[in-house]
This record gives sequence, C-alpha cells and structure tokens, in this order.
Amino acid sequence: MPSLYQQFLQSIKPVLPEAIIVAFALLVLIFDFFVEKKRKNILGWFGFAGVLAAAYASYHLMGLNGQFFGETLQLDPFSTFFKFVFYIACGLGILLSINYLKVEDINRGEYYALMLLATSGMMLMASAADLIVLYLGLELMALSIYILAGIMRRDNRSNEAAIKYLVLGAFSSGIMLYGMSLLYGITGTTNLSLILAFLRAADLTNPVVFLAMTMLVVSFGFKVAAAPFHMWVPDVYEGAPTSVTAFMSAGPKVAGFAVFLRVFLYALEPLRAHSTVIIAGLAVLTMAVGNIMALSQTNIKRMLAYSSIAHAGYALVGLAAGGPDGAASVMLYVCIYALMNMGAFGVVIMLRKAGERGEEIADYAGLGKTNRTAAFLMLIFMFSLTGIPPLAGFVGKFYIFKSAIQAGLVWLAIVGVLFSAISAYFYLRVIMVMYMKEPADGIELSVSPSLALALAFSVTAVIVIGVYPTDLLNYARASIAGIL
Amino acid sequence: MLELKMNVLGFPLLSLMIFLPVAGAFLLLFIRNGAAARWTALAFSIAELGLCLPLLLNFDSSIPHMQFGESFSWIAAWNINYRIGVDGISILFVALTTLLTVISIMVSWTAIQDRVREFMVALLFLEAAIVGVFVSLDLFLFYIFWEAMLIPMYLLIGVWGGPNRLYAAVKFFLYTLVGSVLMLIAIIAVYFAAGHTFDVLAIMNYKFDRAFQMVAFAAFFAAFAVKVPMFPFHTWLPDAHVEAPTAGSIILAGILIKMGAYGFLRFSLPFFPDAAVAWTPAIMVLSVVAILYGAYMAFAQTDFKKLIAYSSVSHMGFVTLGIFALNLQGLEGGILQMLNHGVSTGALFLAVGVIYERTHTRLIADYGGIAARVPVYATFLLIITFSSIGLPSTNGFIGEFTILLGAFLHKKVYAVIASLGIILGAGYMLWLYQRVAFGKITNPHNEHLADMNLREVAAALPLVALVFIVGLYPNAAFGVMHTSVSNLIQQVNAKMQSAPAVAQALGTIIGK
Repeated sequence: MPSLYQQFLQSIKPVLPEAIIVAFALLVLIFDFFVEKKRKNILGWFGFAGVLAAAYASYHLMGLNGQFFGETLQLDPFSTFFKFVFYIACGLGILLSINYLKVEDINRGEYYALMLLATSGMMLMASAADLIVLYLGLELMALSIYILAGIMRRDNRSNEAAIKYLVLGAFSSGIMLYGMSLLYGITGTTNLSLILAFLRAADLTNPVVFLAMTMLVVSFGFKVAAAPFHMWVPDVYEGAPTSVTAFMSAGPKVAGFAVFLRVFLYALEPLRAHSTVIIAGLAVLTMAVGNIMALSQTNIKRMLAYSSIAHAGYALVGLAAGGPDGAASVMLYVCIYALMNMGAFGVVIMLRKAGERGEEIADYAGLGKTNRTAAFLMLIFMFSLTGIPPLAGFVGKFYIFKSAIQAGLVWLAIVGVLFSAISAYFYLRVIMVMYMKEPADGIELSVSPSLALALAFSVTAVIVIGVYPTDLLNYARASIAGIL
Repeated sequence: MLELKMNVLGFPLLSLMIFLPVAGAFLLLFIRNGAAARWTALAFSIAELGLCLPLLLNFDSSIPHMQFGESFSWIAAWNINYRIGVDGISILFVALTTLLTVISIMVSWTAIQDRVREFMVALLFLEAAIVGVFVSLDLFLFYIFWEAMLIPMYLLIGVWGGPNRLYAAVKFFLYTLVGSVLMLIAIIAVYFAAGHTFDVLAIMNYKFDRAFQMVAFAAFFAAFAVKVPMFPFHTWLPDAHVEAPTAGSIILAGILIKMGAYGFLRFSLPFFPDAAVAWTPAIMVLSVVAILYGAYMAFAQTDFKKLIAYSSVSHMGFVTLGIFALNLQGLEGGILQMLNHGVSTGALFLAVGVIYERTHTRLIADYGGIAARVPVYATFLLIITFSSIGLPSTNGFIGEFTILLGAFLHKKVYAVIASLGIILGAGYMLWLYQRVAFGKITNPHNEHLADMNLREVAAALPLVALVFIVGLYPNAAFGVMHTSVSNLIQQVNAKMQSAPAVAQALGTIIGK
C-alpha cells in the first residue's frame, strides 16, 4: 500500500506542470511582501524560473498520455505542444516585463503572479477534455488578463482597456456558455469525446446543433480576435501596458486556437461541412479587416493590434482547411506567430523610456542610424510578419496556404496571399521610417539583460525556423497525428 | 529527358557560389571602417567571380543536363530538397551576376559614403540570392531565393536612393510581391498535381492537363511578367531605376529583370507547353507593344536614367518576343539579348553613375558638349550607345537579329513591327548621345569636368570587351547554350498534348 504522500504524487502527476505554475504564482504573491519595491525584478526572475520548471516537467511527462480526473483532463502530444508555446509566450512575456515595469512604475509582484495564473489557465484550455474544464481554464486566463490590462491604475487608456476587455469578454463568455449549454442539452454530456460519439450517430438536421456551433464560433472568434468580433482589440492593445499587450497578443490567441482545433476539428468533426463555411468566411473577413485597417495606423501598438487580427485570419485559413495537415499548419503558425510578434513588441518596449511613449511609428525615424541593433531586429520581425523568406513567418504562411490548397480551398489561399501582399505595405513602412528617415533627435533606448535575452531568443528562433523548419514541423505533425 | 549530373569537382562549387557572398556579408558585420568594408566586399565579389572559372572550364556544353548538381534533403515532410545545378542557360546568368556585382561594388566606391558597410552587406546578400535563383532546381528553394532577393533590393533603393526613393522602393516591393504570391499558389498547386514534388526536373516530365496548365501558366506569368517587366506591368521600373543608386540600377537592369525571362524559360515553357502555345499570341502582342511603347516613352524623357529605364522596357520586349517565338532562333536570340542587355544597360547605368557623381544632375538638358572635356567617357558612352542600338559588330546586333529571325519564322507581322523598334531605338539613343556629348557646352559647370579615373575605367573595360567579344564571336555564348536550348524545344514539343499544334510549331521551325 503506497503511502498517502505517494498517492498524492501519483494523482497530481498529470497536472504537475500546471501545479508548478500555480505554486510559483502563489509564492510570488507571498514573496511580494518581503521584497522591497526597487528589487521587485527578482520576482520576475523567480516567475521565469517557474516557467522553466514547468517546461521541464512537461518535457518529462511527454510519454504520459490519456484522460485523467474523471475524464475531464486530456494529456496528449497536442496539449503538450501548446503548453510549450505557452511557456515560450509566458517566459518571453516575463522577460519583456522586468525592466518595462520599472519604467512604467507598475513594478508590483502581483503582475507576475497574474501572468503565471493566466498561463495556467491557457494550459488547462489546451488540456481540456471537457467543456467545463475548458471554460474554467478560459476564465482563469481571461480574468487574469483583464487585471493585467488595467494594471496601470493612473493611466486612463489602461483603465479603458481593462473595462472594455472585461465587458466584451464577459459578453463573449456568456455566449460561449449558452452555446455549451445547448450542446449539453442535445448531447447530454460535456465530455468532448462523448459529444463526438453522439454527433457521429445523431441526425444532424437539428437546427439547435448549428446554433450551438455558431455560438462557439463567435465566442472563440472573440478570443482569437477574429473579425467581426475584433472591436476590442485595437483599444485594449493600445491601452494595456506594452508587455501585457505582447503577452496578450500571443498567449490567449494561441490558447484560443488550441480550443478551436480541439472543439471544431475533433468534438464537432461531424459538423465540419458546415463549420468550414463559417470559418472560411470568418477568415476572409478577418484578413480583410486586419490588413486594411492596419494600413492607416500611426501608432505602432494599434498597427500591431490590427496585424495580430490579420494573423488570426491566416490561422483561420488553416483551421478551415482542417484535417491533420490543416491542424498542424495552425499549430506551426501560432507558434511562429508568437515568437515573431513578441519579438516585435520587445523592440517597441525598448523604445519606451520614462517621459516619452515611443509608440508612434514616427518615433522610429532614423533608428537605423542611431541604434543599428534595435532597427535590425525590428527589420527581421517586420519581414517575418510579412512572410518574406527565409524567415519563419514565410514557413508558417506557406504551410497554411499549402493545407488550404490541399483541402481544395484554392480561392481562400489566393485571398490569403493577396492580403499578405497588402500587409507588406504597413510592415515596410516601419522599416522605411527606421532606415530611410532622418532621426529627429537622439533616441535613447532602455535596454536590459532580460529584454536582450528575450529578443535574442526570438530573433534566433525566427531565423533558425525560417532556414531549417524541419524539426518544428515534424513535431507539430507528430503532435496532431494521434488526435485527428 | 534532363538529368541532374552530380558535382564531381571535389568541392561543392555551386553552394560555394551561393554562400561565399553570405559569408562575406557576415564578415562585414564585424568591420566598422568604411574603407575596409569596401575592400572586403570587393575581395569577396572578385573571389566569387573567380569561382566562375572552374564553373565555365568544367562545364560540358555538349550535353543538355544539369551539371555541378548537389542534392540534399531539406524539409523531408514536404519533400523539399536543397537541389541545385546549372545548364547551358543558367550558367551564363550566373557568370553575368558575378561580373556585374564586382562592377557594382567598384562604381559605388566613392558614390556611397553613408553606411558603407550596410550597403555592401545588402549587395552581397543580393548577389547570393540571385545566384540562388539561377541554380535552384527545387521550386520551393527557387521561391525562397526569388523572394529573399526583395529584401536587399528594397533596402538598396530605399536607403541609398534618390529623393523620391521611398515611393519607388515600396512600389517595387509591392508590385513584385503581388506577382510572386500568385506564383506561390501555383507552385503549391503544381506540387500537388505532380505528385507531391517540388523537383523541377521531375515536374518537367509531368504532363499536366490543359485546363490546369492555362491557370498555372497565368499565375507564373503574373510573377515573371512583373519582373521582366512586360507592358503593362512595367510602371514600377522607371521609378525604381531613377531612384536607385548606380549599383542598384546596374543590378536591377542587368540581372534582376532577367530573372523574369529566365523564369519563362526554366519553368513556364517546359511545365506548361500547351498553355504557352495558347497564350503566345497575347504575349507576342504585348511584347511588340512594349517594344514600341518603351521606345516612344524613351523619346519623351528629359531624365538620363528614366530614358534608359524606358529603353529597358523596349529591349525586354525583344527578349519576350524571341522567347515566345518558340523556335530555336527566337529562344537563343532572346537569351543572348538578355545577356547583351545586362551588359549594355549595366554599362549605360554605370555611365550615368560616373557623370552623376561629378555633376549631381541627371537632366539631359544640363549636359551638352562634354565630349571635348571628357574624351574617354565620351568614347565609352558611344560604344555602349552603339551596342544598345544594335550596330553590327556589337553584341546588340547579334541578339536583335536572331530574335527578329525567330519572330519572322513565327509570324512575319511581329518581326516587321518589332524592327520599327530598332529604328526608334537608334533614334532616341543617338539623340541622347548627341544632346549629351556634342554641341557647345551650355552648362558652365561642365567646363571643368574630370574624365573617368582608373577605377571607373577598370569597371567599364570588361563590359566594353564583352560588347565586342559577343558582337564578333557570338558562338562564345551560343555554343554554351545551344544544346540546352535545343533540348528545351524538344522537350516542349514532346510534351505538347494537342497534336496539331505540335505539327504546326515543328513545321514553322523545320519547314522554312
């Protein structure tokens, strides 16, 4: 008879990474009492260590697959893949924050705790085998981020961002719950595998099924910032502290795609013929709104906000394509997107000094002369976001469009590449301002070791994945292989 | 059927040619001094030019196969390979690229004072990407190089260009990108249709059905026609040329726009022969329009560089006219004319750069009578003008003559109208020369103009030599490409599905 302690260890094993993240979050809150204000950085590094520890745990649990906790939690290569992307997003998010919080004077311990809690929520979303767990994870993530968006209490824009995100987020959660309850009403279960089994056998002409499906599309679309559910994005991205924006543009969006894939390509697979139409339409609209609206932005955070909408559109193309390749292309894409987008925000953070915002695109004038490294990093990220080879962004887009063509959605791929060509205009404008305009006055950058580490990691990843994508690609394909 | 003959030299020659400039660019990142950066870049570009020696000496022009082949698995999941090789067509462009890069670096010696190191890095990256385009035998690899080349070119125009450079750089980038992404879709479609392969040689042997060919050809056409540029997709070219620094113009006119025509030869014709035949009338008409329109526009220009830019539109019209005549004369003439245009237009932009560095004006009206002050320069300009016009004994003559021969065999009317373009070309070029070199000096600034210095002469000499070598002994180029071109024609005919069209095309080649 194993001891109680051993039993406890055995039962907690499947959620060990989540447990580590939550434990570190709570420890950060406790340590916060004992760390004096100007040394709060140490909490950031402590949180970062937590992310590394969780990643290590996930790495060791890679062989452990199956459903746990009364079949509410699923451990499979799919969820593990996404967890690694969340670790990257959270790790980079913390690194980007450490110096920035001091500049903004919001250097508080709960910031890191909230970021870790949001990450644990995302991990639950990726692992959810049950609609209720999915919802719990999503709310844990969303509530943490509402607070993070408004953590600059004295800044009106930050307050506005938090309120806007909270109200619209709550609204979308309501829609999601309604959709879930309808689904429960029809199928009699909240378990995703059982829903799949039920729908396979069921008569699919029942209009309530489509109502439920549509509501899930709407609410998930809100989380990944797909048009027309994107209205909150520009204001929230602009108002939130830039480090939060960076984290928010990567983490929750990736998590949103994790549930999108799990629910629509797995649980609601029998409805694929119908969901594909809706998702393809959503993809076109999202690419159009994101890319066209980004053309006229003068604030770099707003520009990147619209760009992130556009990128959700490309990922939706992969989702519409469906199948193992479509799913793998979405997984590859969101991973690459998280890296390059957080890198771009890292450069934005670098330009933020106490006393000046450094958020207007015009502020970048002459950066190519005054700070070559920063400008060069931004150049790489911008070209990667455009999707120019040999950078990672190209590989991601290539796989997305390849899957779309394979699935017979040639028209969707054509629309996608054309919008992608349009996007070149606004990404190039940043490069143009940096390299081809004269510097206005001396820009001083706020560089710190943590920021340098984050940027070095993301730029290396963007280049290496661009030149040699094989390993990541194979990993993404292998991760989806058992599920679909 | 084309094969990939593996490289037997003992060292990966083509890979070395792709990555030597990249290595140079990385080395430059550690060199802060402008002068040292110039010398390093020059050394690397000359070493790259030196690599052409083993390439040309070991090349067997009697077989049509791809030579110096290298093939490695790159992205196994998508069946993408790093597969490179050259045949009698691409080898000429690789050689031209390495030569023009050296010349570009030499003409930028004093013209570029601002951010020298970055300029040289961009130039070397550009060279690597262009060589990559010409040697790629995997469509994915080809596309990578094709697009990667946009980044350094965009920066060359945008950072070191003229006053209106921002507009020109973005226009260049967007035009090319829109064309390219359509080709990307077609590349993916070809991949699925041909059985999950990007291997160019395998796809050449695959017969696509006619409807697919028509659409895919159009998508490839979008990318190549913008690059060539064919009328009416040419509007980015005058802007880009006028604003680009001299080195940028030389590379742009000398090599970049050849990539489009090369794409027609390497991909469009062998992949989609039926569609190529079906689209031929439209393309021939566009070519003739480009010849006349370019010449007409050249007459109206007051800007030295813009005039040359429009003359490029006209000359590239000849190239596409030759290629789509779809017979041996036309194709060989077209390829030769691409090389000729690279040499003569490269030299013309060099000439503009040399004089612009002294006077800082490109307006033709600001010159006049400079022949008396700068005799060496005037002689150089005259030779190049003759080459551009196509005077017998210069390279231009051979190219245009062969193209017209091919076009004549294809359909007489095209040849007749196109030959008007030659007359117009003589008109605007001679008029240009007259306004620049002859007459009285009207602009006092030109009284003390300095003649070409040793460095500039050294940069110009190889081009002048090529003008006469090809002009007097065209077999130097024809000999290299002949087997490959004949094989291309055979391949196209063999693959063609609609039998009557084959007979007819063959008839026009053999019968007359």
